[in-house]
Amino acid sequence: MLFEPLLASAGAGAGEADAAFASLLFVFLLATFIGLGVVTRVSRLLHTPLMSLTNAISAIAVVASIVITGRDHPPVINLLGAIALAASMTNIVSGFLITDRMLKMFKRPGEEKRS
Amino acid sequence: MTFWIIEIAYLVASALFVMSLYWMNDPKTARRAVGAGVAAMALAIIGTLFNPGIVHWGFIAGAVAAGALIGVPLSWVPLTAVPQRTAVSHAFGGLAAGLVGVAKFYLWQGEPESFTAFRTFALVAEVILGFLTFTGSLMAAGKLQEVKWIPQRPVTYPFQNTVNIGLLGVAVACGLALVYRPLELAYLFPVIVVLALAFGILLIIPIGGADMPTVISLLNSYAGLSAVAMGFVLDNKLLVIAGALDGSSGLILSIIMCRAMNRSFTNVLFGAFGQVQAKTGAAETRTAKKETPEGAAQILEMASQVVIVPGYGMAVAQAQQRVRELYDELTKRKIEVKFAIHPVAGRMPGHMNVLLAEADIPYDKLIEMDDINPEMTQTDVVLVIGANDVVNPAARHDKTSPIFGMPIIDADKARMCLAIKRSMNPGFAGIENELYFADRTYMLFGDAKAVVGDLVKQLSGGSGMH
Repeated sequence: MLFEPLLASAGAGAGEADAAFASLLFVFLLATFIGLGVVTRVSRLLHTPLMSLTNAISAIAVVASIVITGRDHPPVINLLGAIALAASMTNIVSGFLITDRMLKMFKRPGEEKRS
Repeated sequence: MTFWIIEIAYLVASALFVMSLYWMNDPKTARRAVGAGVAAMALAIIGTLFNPGIVHWGFIAGAVAAGALIGVPLSWVPLTAVPQRTAVSHAFGGLAAGLVGVAKFYLWQGEPESFTAFRTFALVAEVILGFLTFTGSLMAAGKLQEVKWIPQRPVTYPFQNTVNIGLLGVAVACGLALVYRPLELAYLFPVIVVLALAFGILLIIPIGGADMPTVISLLNSYAGLSAVAMGFVLDNKLLVIAGALDGSSGLILSIIMCRAMNRSFTNVLFGAFGQVQAKTGAAETRTAKKETPEGAAQILEMASQVVIVPGYGMAVAQAQQRVRELYDELTKRKIEVKFAIHPVAGRMPGHMNVLLAEADIPYDKLIEMDDINPEMTQTDVVLVIGANDVVNPAARHDKTSPIFGMPIIDADKARMCLAIKRSMNPGFAGIENELYFADRTYMLFGDAKAVVGDLVKQLSGGSGMH
């Protein structure tokens, strides 16, 4: 059967790695519910900045890239990590900067014009 | 000790990421959201640097510097180009996820016990999602930037959907085979990578410009999900949480965009919008009434409530500043001016709000479609600037129209409608607009920037705005 290996490892002999995987499923479920709850409340005015903000947040891949780039691995692996790290860093830097730039433009009613 | 330093840094970072999104619920607190996001990311990075076994500090510093060097100029793009920048960002996010997946796969070849069935499954998901997001987002960015060698109109060919789904199916099948035999069948891994890259391109080719807001949101979601998959591969809760936040945000935005166009996901992805219009060309030739800037200015002056409906055409003509001057002139005369914002106005969710905010229009004047429509019958004049499909009454009653069922701004219900348009050519989606032929509609032909400039000149008594 196609899913046999998946089912086999979910069986009685499930090891530590599977236990960790299962608890991550709970984390994923709860984080998704929190995400849906919080994002539905985001002001419609701010959907463009929201997307650039979440862009920067999902560049959290940076933590994995740092470890792969920095550890003593074959050079090719370090190189892959370095490219991933540079890509993530680009998203972090440009994502936060442009979000802030856009948010600065939203003027409260009656607020003074920018100089 | 280092274990707890890292765990606590990640824990606080997770909390800050959630707070960051929470503060986006109001423009007043939104800038705090960026602060929280930056703090969370800084904590995550510093915590990670405590990881034992990191030796190549130079590599890390070099890559971080390279990223910052590309990132800073990317944040200076004009606001009309923000959709492209966002798409490029999704591409980078996908690339990072894909490359981390590749690195892990080959590292694990040396430690086969790492290939538990579930982890291998997550790794395959990460690589497929990551690489399809990479090429798909680059294609989307190219279409938005109107790069010459990427066709703007949807490209279709026979059995397109069958081919696309078939490709993805083969990639998934290869992935499942790897779950069985990650070492013996390792040669299948590059095949998965290539198929995912190809699928990303083929997925975007049949999608037209009008659907870009949905596609960008969907790719946003994929980028988040690839980070989630990476979290499962590396057994890292922070990755799962941050990725899930991004994924759910992209999902909600895609749903909002789909609803605003009365389409379903499958319809957007496999429907090839922009194909059905050929038959509407045979409509009888009707004539629209023309109005001069002088006359239009008089009409506006006598109104007590004016609603401006901006569309992407306004941004293309770079008329935002003139619109702001018009807003000032009318407000000076105690005329109530509001802006009606359709959810798909612009090229990504919320795009129009940002474009108008840049022109210093206070955000309490930017009113959502659902809130402005009940006011339309009490509105004296609606001024349509560069918007088209979102004010087409055909969406309400013409079952043959491709936009039938799409929620619209009820510009035709106001006492009078002025529409600024370059010519009578159909708009972005290639559909003729009934509003322009309505009894109470008067057309102002010309470039949006020039026409609004003329209106301002008339209103300010011709006393030289230039």
